[in-house]
Amino acid sequence: MCETTSTPKFATGDRAILPEGASTIPIYVMGKMYEVPETLTIMKAMEFAGFRFLRGAGCRGGICGACPTVFRKAGDYKLHYGLACQTVVEPNMYLAQIPFFPANRASYDIEEMSGLADAIHALYPELFRCVSCNLCTKACPMDVDVLGYISALKQGNIEKAARLSFDCIQCGLCASRCMGEIPQYHIAQLARRVFARYIQPQAEHLKSRVTEIEAGKYDQMLDEMSGMSKDDLEKTYVDREREPDMVEPGSWMPQDRQYL
Amino acid sequence: MKISYYPGCTLKTKANNLEKAAVASLEALGIEVEEIDRWNCCGAVYSLTADDLIHHVGPVRNLIRAKEMGADKLVTLCSMCYNTLARANQLMKDDEVKRDTINRFMDDEIDYSGEVEVVHYLTYLQEQVGWDKLREQVKVPLTGLKVGTYYGCTLQRPAEVGIEPMGSYTQMTGLLEALGATVVPFNAADKCCGSYQVLGAAPGENSAASAILNSAAGAGIEALATSCPLCEYNLGKQQQQMLEKQAIEQGVPTFYFSQLLAVALGIDPELCRFELNDGQSLELLKSKNYLAAA
Repeated sequence: MCETTSTPKFATGDRAILPEGASTIPIYVMGKMYEVPETLTIMKAMEFAGFRFLRGAGCRGGICGACPTVFRKAGDYKLHYGLACQTVVEPNMYLAQIPFFPANRASYDIEEMSGLADAIHALYPELFRCVSCNLCTKACPMDVDVLGYISALKQGNIEKAARLSFDCIQCGLCASRCMGEIPQYHIAQLARRVFARYIQPQAEHLKSRVTEIEAGKYDQMLDEMSGMSKDDLEKTYVDREREPDMVEPGSWMPQDRQYL
Repeated sequence: MKISYYPGCTLKTKANNLEKAAVASLEALGIEVEEIDRWNCCGAVYSLTADDLIHHVGPVRNLIRAKEMGADKLVTLCSMCYNTLARANQLMKDDEVKRDTINRFMDDEIDYSGEVEVVHYLTYLQEQVGWDKLREQVKVPLTGLKVGTYYGCTLQRPAEVGIEPMGSYTQMTGLLEALGATVVPFNAADKCCGSYQVLGAAPGENSAASAILNSAAGAGIEALATSCPLCEYNLGKQQQQMLEKQAIEQGVPTFYFSQLLAVALGIDPELCRFELNDGQSLELLKSKNYLAAA
């Protein structure tokens, strides 16, 4: 996940620069104390402390799910959960990164499934080991109702599971806390795929556009553009017709309508 | 009138025929059914290990959902859900130490101490509607249908939560007689269907179930009424295989009691989802001409 170097004297790359006069707070990473500037996120604070993330860091924007953290505060037995790139350090927080969790992931061919819950139950029979302890929901850094979608799947309600799990970022903290060894996040992803493929109404305009693309309607335009010089391509981009900002919907049409 | 209702996972999938018919019947009787919010699995089987409290968390969480909705009664249908919910409720009411441990573990929930009463659908109908009033609502009397009441274990055992004492079948009998059917007693009415034990047996070789079907057929019973998806699986869905293996001489169509109720109330048979029963169940009702009016 990460390796340590000596405590930094100066800022490089992503490493935070400590402003003059900024106060520092103690945090404990994997049991060892580090003085880090307050107001930093856990990820920045760890990098300030000398850790370098080779894995376990991704978008740094709170959406890729690569950097889940489990932490506790001094004097409190309660565990807390967050994303290292989003959670701001607090004094005396004890933390560890869980960059990967070895949860079971079934292999399947979505084209050979159906919109019935039986197939999901067959791929993940451990779903029925749930005892409704709700530790999964408590661990979710995205506030997803994990027990809710697991219950929905046991009830055969794929749509409800897909909708309840929509905000899941696949960090795996739910599975890390599950006494039933259920890989909740992988099951939810399957539910969303089954929902999209077999249950949700298909968009007709998308189908017709894909047919047009496959029939080669845009091939010539793309060939022309890929053959252009960089200067010509830039000029084409700058000169392109563009819908004006804040225009009344439906009131603007481009001059060139050959691809509409 | 409005009731808080707990369905159960199987009632949304394999035993949807139990639920759909039951809910439609209550609505036909003018009772509004409010499914509790965010319910989870009932636990399926009540854990008998004295220190195994984690398996009571699921049922208690459902009871908390009902309490949050302000319900004083929670009506449920499936015998196994009824049993698990009622026993967990009793534990929370009576055992102060375990109640405290469970409430402390569920620090994400309000405290619970058995404030909600778990009521089986049959009991609810008997107490809130009554068999005489129900009889007045019957549109298609099941005249001439010889029915056996098959309660299964979890509706009556243990006595503390049983809807009535062992050997007594007055609630389902009262219901079926109000619908115009003839209730016929049979010797194996209180025997276990084989429960989950049958998973280890070859299909159609569940001697517990074949003994019940043979006993019912011998008493001249044409249809068995049950309240439990597991009993229905063992007695109904396995029947063709029992016939093929000659474990039983003749079939006895099985129904959920709610399906017979819905048919008698003249409710659209589509809502009874007979396609989830063994094929002979629907055939029997057609041959008796009960579905003609719908």
